[in-house]
Amino acid sequence: MIRTVISAGLVSLSLPLMASAQSVAVTNAKLWTGDELVEGATVVIQDGKVAAAGEDADVPQGLEVVDADGAWVTPGIFAPYTQIGIVEVGAEDTTNDAAAPMSSYGAALDMADAFNPMETTIPVTRIEGVTRFAVVPGFGSTLFGGQGFVADSSGDGDSITKPAAFTFINLGEGGAALSGGSRPAAWATLRAALVDARTYPARYIASDKGDALGRLDAQAFSAAAKGQQLILIAVDRASDIRHIIDLKADNPALNIALVSATEGWMVADELAEAEIPVIIDPYDNLPGSFETLGATQENAQRLIDAGVVTAISYFDDSTHQARLILQGAGNAVANGVDHEDALRAITSAPAEIFGTPELGSLEPGDVGDLVIWDGDPLEVMSAPTRIYIDGVEQSLESRQTELRDRYLDLDESEKPMAFKH
Amino acid sequence: MKTSLSVAAAVAVLLSVGACGGDGGDETPDKQASNEKAFDKDPYPSTYNAYPAGAVLLQGATVYDGLGGIAENQDVLLKDGAIEAIGEDLEAGEDVEVIDATGKYVTPGIIDNHSHLGVYPSPSVSAHQDGNEISAPVTAEVWAEHGLWPQDPGFNRARAGGVTSMQILPGSANLFGGRGVIIKNVPARSVQGMKFPDAPYTLKMACGENPKRVYGYGNGRYPGGAPFSRMGNMAGYRGAWIDAQEYKAKWDKWEEEGGDQPARDLELDTLKGVLEGDILVHMHCYRADEMMQIIDMSKEFDYKISSFHHAVESYKIADTLAEEDICSSMWADWWGFKMEAYDGIRENIPFVHNAGACAIVHSDSDIGIQRLNQEAAKALADGKRVGLEISKAEAWTWLSANPAKSLGIFDQTGSLEPGKDADVVLWSTDPFSVYAQAEKVFVDGALMYDRDDPDYQPVSDFELGQPGEGDVK
Repeated sequence: MIRTVISAGLVSLSLPLMASAQSVAVTNAKLWTGDELVEGATVVIQDGKVAAAGEDADVPQGLEVVDADGAWVTPGIFAPYTQIGIVEVGAEDTTNDAAAPMSSYGAALDMADAFNPMETTIPVTRIEGVTRFAVVPGFGSTLFGGQGFVADSSGDGDSITKPAAFTFINLGEGGAALSGGSRPAAWATLRAALVDARTYPARYIASDKGDALGRLDAQAFSAAAKGQQLILIAVDRASDIRHIIDLKADNPALNIALVSATEGWMVADELAEAEIPVIIDPYDNLPGSFETLGATQENAQRLIDAGVVTAISYFDDSTHQARLILQGAGNAVANGVDHEDALRAITSAPAEIFGTPELGSLEPGDVGDLVIWDGDPLEVMSAPTRIYIDGVEQSLESRQTELRDRYLDLDESEKPMAFKH
Repeated sequence: MKTSLSVAAAVAVLLSVGACGGDGGDETPDKQASNEKAFDKDPYPSTYNAYPAGAVLLQGATVYDGLGGIAENQDVLLKDGAIEAIGEDLEAGEDVEVIDATGKYVTPGIIDNHSHLGVYPSPSVSAHQDGNEISAPVTAEVWAEHGLWPQDPGFNRARAGGVTSMQILPGSANLFGGRGVIIKNVPARSVQGMKFPDAPYTLKMACGENPKRVYGYGNGRYPGGAPFSRMGNMAGYRGAWIDAQEYKAKWDKWEEEGGDQPARDLELDTLKGVLEGDILVHMHCYRADEMMQIIDMSKEFDYKISSFHHAVESYKIADTLAEEDICSSMWADWWGFKMEAYDGIRENIPFVHNAGACAIVHSDSDIGIQRLNQEAAKALADGKRVGLEISKAEAWTWLSANPAKSLGIFDQTGSLEPGKDADVVLWSTDPFSVYAQAEKVFVDGALMYDRDDPDYQPVSDFELGQPGEGDVK
């Protein structure tokens, strides 16, 4: 069963040794709430949700209390662009469900059909403090990647938080190639697809085919085409972004967010005006292609200064290294972003983009995802000391930590390594 | 863009190669003389000369010397392209520019011994794929410097990250990918203008998945044929080494006995150079068991492996790598993008160091090369959490001294010692912090990057007249 709302009464089956209690109070926290920094704060989580947070929060009798002793406490980190749980080993096709180049479907490809909460990538990512992530399709045979979702990193069987959270579309060079070979071809396809999806199911009564989309793709895209679902669009070049801003001006109901937006800073004011948020990688500072000639490490700062809702991601290996968004956020600070804005970009900003404001934030009523850190969360030498998802404390082990512990001592004079586990 | 990014990154990862270590040859003067008579071994020589610079005194800094030492309140004097002196309260003297480095850090320039800048440059368009000669699995005859585009904007970005020297390697599609080239990270019109003077040549080799995928399973995109398996990989190397031994014997005989000069073979020239200890082997190899096979092969043919690259499983055999004196050039935390990277752990680098083996932080990435100091910091912190007491000063050896040793250039650079090249970085704060920025980067004493002065922020030809020209990078 897919959990559409964070459920109280959740029983964690994957962590039998962990307490399944969903209530805890963390005191003496240097708390980033998702919106502001509060020193000496207390966070109270009851039944998986935040009951109180702030300097004056009362701790109910009988609640387990963790004294943070002045340590940083943040909401669980929200990675806004990943393939976690749908790719185990990138280069092994049998374990990689991100894209289907041979499929005749596009928008109808639902990444939730591939999601495996038992993948090793999930604990590897979780123990770095990431408790929620958006799973974004790759690109297969069309400019439509398919349907993406939001999940938690508990590894539980029901860890999809928001299924079909968005439709993913590529309108850069990649999308042009998948649409027949040019940007005009991609735009013609998109415009036709919007009409197909908006007139679904009526126009499909007589035929399975639309101008651009087959019946199932039109069905999958219909909510987004009517403004009822987020459209996540991968795009980089400023002129392409302007085209999307125009699309939204012509179709004000559309709910659009951009991914990559390397030249977003050139049109930052227009993006802010159009209320189009962005998910960017602050490392992108090279002209890797002719659509990223304006790349600069100040993209994040310029977008944020213009008032664009900006989330930070790591694009190079967004499966195994999605955990690096904290380092990326730190680098954004080194390049001019305010520290709190950088924290926002990996907590409440992505939650806002995906329409899940109860995530990435520790205000009363929000989901009880919380991380206690041994230092500034954005510093490369810091790490989590405790992690909670829905108020349940999580294991800090992964397959990687087991390999580490096995090989910490290379002495096998008594027995081979394989006996250490 | 995202997908194209990740595809490009995956290809880059899949095709990357590395190597480390090795002492110079011990040819007799007579043999050298006859070799030089036979043919020019340096037909594309370095034309790089240190750019003119006045003396500079960096005053009051905390210094990581690159040898494992740290000292506070130090003055570092750069003069005539070299490190003149390091100590407290040095006299500035006349005509010495004094830079207040109070609260700041000074380190040796970072050396990345695994880069594909120039051979896989930005922009990554089809015309720019010059790093893999995918025409046969043994292409020891090709040289990275012949595919290197000096206008790659990545060189400037890497310098802004404190990288003053690097090794540019061919990719890892082939068993023998070709010769690498060691450069000083200075803008130049030609590769020759960047080549590190008197540095040895290197040879890129590759283990594992890449060669067998490109050839055996290339699906018709490439020439096909062997190798189809790791068995085929080994047979491919061994066959080539046997050819090289025969070739070397022919030349040795000619040098001793005279007669008709043997016909030259470009491929075997390089392999012979390895057997003679002149050319350093840098070998892309992920899995521990495979590295063990390669170590045996190096003994079978009597050559030295300078460094394994990527070496994701070096932590499993760190004791052997220490005994064999083979470096490991590693990422802090890359893993899982292919099967041979599946057992990556975040403690690989500190585990190798802790075993007494030579640990190196490498990038294999035009993004990663810009913040190698942060990669060292992550690895150091993860090692500490499992009880490995390694200091930051020791960890800096992963970034300069050890890569310099793996490249045979440690006599010239890689540490802050009087007389060495003044390849020096002034950091805004402790470079083990994510917030640290390289403020000034000196190559042979000349200021080649200044974060606060646009006049010292080079712009490559490619970026001139483009939207990104002169912007903060």
